[in-house]
Amino acid sequence: MLRYLTPAIAALALGALFWFALHRIGNGTLDVREIKSPLIGRAAPTFTLPLVMDPAQRFDSHSMAGKVYVVNVWGTWCPACREEHESLISLSRITGVPFVGIDWKDDNAEANRYLAQLGNPYQTVVADAEGRVAIDWGVYGAPETFLVSKDGKVLAKYAGALTEAVWAEKFAPLVSQQGGAP
Amino acid sequence: MIPELGTLAMVIALLLAAAQGFFGIAGAHWNRQSWMQAVGTAVTGVWVFVTFAFGILTYSFIVHDYSIAYVATNSNDELPLMYRIAAVWGAHEGSLLLWIEILSTWALLVAIFSKSLPVAFRARVLGVLGVIGVGFTSFTLLTSSPFLREIPAKLEGADLNPILQDPALAIHPPMLYMGYVGTSVAFAFAIAAMLSGRIDPSWSRWTRPWTVAAWMCLTVGIALGSWWAYYELGWGGWWFWDPVENASFMPWLASTALIHSLAVTEKRGLFKSWTLLLAIFAFSLSLVGTFLVRSGVLVSVHAFASDPQRGMFILGLLLFFIVGSLTLYAWRAPSLKMDGGFETVSRESFLLLNNALLFATALLILLGTLWPLFMDMFNLGKISVGPPYFNIVFLVPTLPLLVLMGVGMHAAWRRAALASRARMLWMIAGGAVLLALVITLGFYHSIGLPLTVVGFAGGLFVMGSALVDPVTRLRNRQPISRSALGMAVAHFGIGVFVIGISGVASYKIEKDVSMGPGDSTQIAGYTFNFKDTRTNVPGPNYVATQANVEITRDGAKVADLSTEKRQFKIQSMPMTHAGIAVAWNRDLFVALGDDLGANKWSMRLQYKPLVRYIWIGAVIVALGGLIAMMDRRYRAKVPVTEPATDAGAAGRVA
Repeated sequence: MLRYLTPAIAALALGALFWFALHRIGNGTLDVREIKSPLIGRAAPTFTLPLVMDPAQRFDSHSMAGKVYVVNVWGTWCPACREEHESLISLSRITGVPFVGIDWKDDNAEANRYLAQLGNPYQTVVADAEGRVAIDWGVYGAPETFLVSKDGKVLAKYAGALTEAVWAEKFAPLVSQQGGAP
Repeated sequence: MIPELGTLAMVIALLLAAAQGFFGIAGAHWNRQSWMQAVGTAVTGVWVFVTFAFGILTYSFIVHDYSIAYVATNSNDELPLMYRIAAVWGAHEGSLLLWIEILSTWALLVAIFSKSLPVAFRARVLGVLGVIGVGFTSFTLLTSSPFLREIPAKLEGADLNPILQDPALAIHPPMLYMGYVGTSVAFAFAIAAMLSGRIDPSWSRWTRPWTVAAWMCLTVGIALGSWWAYYELGWGGWWFWDPVENASFMPWLASTALIHSLAVTEKRGLFKSWTLLLAIFAFSLSLVGTFLVRSGVLVSVHAFASDPQRGMFILGLLLFFIVGSLTLYAWRAPSLKMDGGFETVSRESFLLLNNALLFATALLILLGTLWPLFMDMFNLGKISVGPPYFNIVFLVPTLPLLVLMGVGMHAAWRRAALASRARMLWMIAGGAVLLALVITLGFYHSIGLPLTVVGFAGGLFVMGSALVDPVTRLRNRQPISRSALGMAVAHFGIGVFVIGISGVASYKIEKDVSMGPGDSTQIAGYTFNFKDTRTNVPGPNYVATQANVEITRDGAKVADLSTEKRQFKIQSMPMTHAGIAVAWNRDLFVALGDDLGANKWSMRLQYKPLVRYIWIGAVIVALGGLIAMMDRRYRAKVPVTEPATDAGAAGRVA
């Protein structure tokens, strides 16, 4: 009899796994869609790109050495970026962590108009017109936000519109581990 | 008013399905003739009302009734009629209605074609199908009704996911569901047998044609899905081991094992409890697939919009059916004893090995599919299990299976004297190896991958071995039963399929290049000349950029291909439409990629030798199933073992 019960017990165990998975997805402690970037824990890709505000000048990511900072990949063509824009503005103001914006495959004039209209959360915004740097960062789609440590390592990545809640949960603890904003 | 009629029809169908379940199972239990006779009427009623509801949803799509949320989300004024109809099953809610429609159709077919079965057995089978219907209809009504209104109504729909706007994908889900849901029939037969506490000697003969029918639909459905992925996703791959693909492949493996084990149970009265277990597994794996696709526990490119609430409901259904049936199994199976033994070398032992290998493959694929979820659950890290794992767990059991298949077809029941056939089998094997070497070294000038020769030789061996029996009988003017012919055809198809895989896996050439008008690239002796591009090519609901490519070989023109990048207007999603030149021995595949600026484009060029044989093989396999299903003995009337059946049977399915 017991031998014949094995399949039923295995099915119950499988059901329990499914139940816990659904339960954790339901209360938000499990996110199967979260994609962990292979970059996490590794050196952040370096880049030198022209500024959106003044393409004659270039920004070198080495200038951020020794600081905790955020890299946010966005574009004026991306509706979810518009959605997170207000949160970016308030987060950059409240936390004091510098935000570096990478304007991905975009039109410079449009980007300037967008920032003038909606406000500018970024300390620096650079134009990645060809999308090469975004490839180095392994960007799937905009917006994506990265946190970089003082010694230049990628600490965290978030794909999708950033919110205060996401910041508080994912980024804030890492920033305080680094000794807070510079 | 119209969509409310749809909801009403579903509610009536739910009540009738409950009646079908109750009268079927309770009627047989307490031996109430009038209850059992009511079951057939209930089955017809369920079918009529579900079909009515299905018709209403289809009608709402045709007339653009955007007051229905489901229609507004999945259709658009510019969507062509064919895709408006296919959009009915284009997302979660409607595809669930399709599930129920197909379930009720299977039940109706069983009711029509099983009048010669003992009344109580037939009532139980239909009763079990009724209980399944209750589960899924209430799931639809309570969590996923496609008939819900959206007020105020949208003026324009959000369009069908562009990825689904394709002829193959319009018929792929119905075919696949026929297979998925069809496994419920074998399941119902198994449960009916266990409820009655005994397996009728004819039980497997009744179950076999239904199992084969469902398995055949599943085969065609999976093949269509693979074919679609090949030309529509623009990657040129034909199988990705995606969780959703695995969800369809696992029931296929279990059904394949079931068909073979049913053969043993029918001919020799052996493997009874194993056969019952497989019937439960095949349906359970279909349910697990449904759960995985719709609950959002796994990440997949095909997954429906997910919702843990719905997931809980399906999980409840899943546990009820699977754990319930397995408990019933644990209770009844010990009383099923074997009616006899068999020798080590016999058809039985070959089929036993076949079952063990198919079952192991299904379990290993299940393990790989669920492993990421398991790791994630216990915070052991996020991983994805990909082709390297699946290719191995698939190849290791299936290569021996090819040899077993080739030899086992010639083994007799009880005790096989393979010696008489050994000489011929060795000759076929030798010929297959020789031909495999000619193909690899002679034709492709390379030994390919480590398993290339094994693959070609295995495929050829099975094809040759499958032909022996039909050819011998034809030559001796002996008749061949449809059942035997079907087996030979299906096994021949497997050989063709294996040759296709071996060819494309070993000798494909894929090249991603940057090209502009006037550029040309060579692969596998073919020259791909990028002629020109045309922008703003209008489609019904998209605008395309088209690239024209001319392919030549040794200066002679082989084909003109055009490939498009389609920008869908509403969902603003770019889709690649590949250009493919087909010949008997290869496909040439061109897909347009991104605009790199400066009049250059990224282009994906591929040479795919023998790739067509993968799907041709699958179709031959399904054809074998169709032939076997039509065997004469499945249509013969069985002696009626219980009295007073005919009075009700006549009027039952009116």
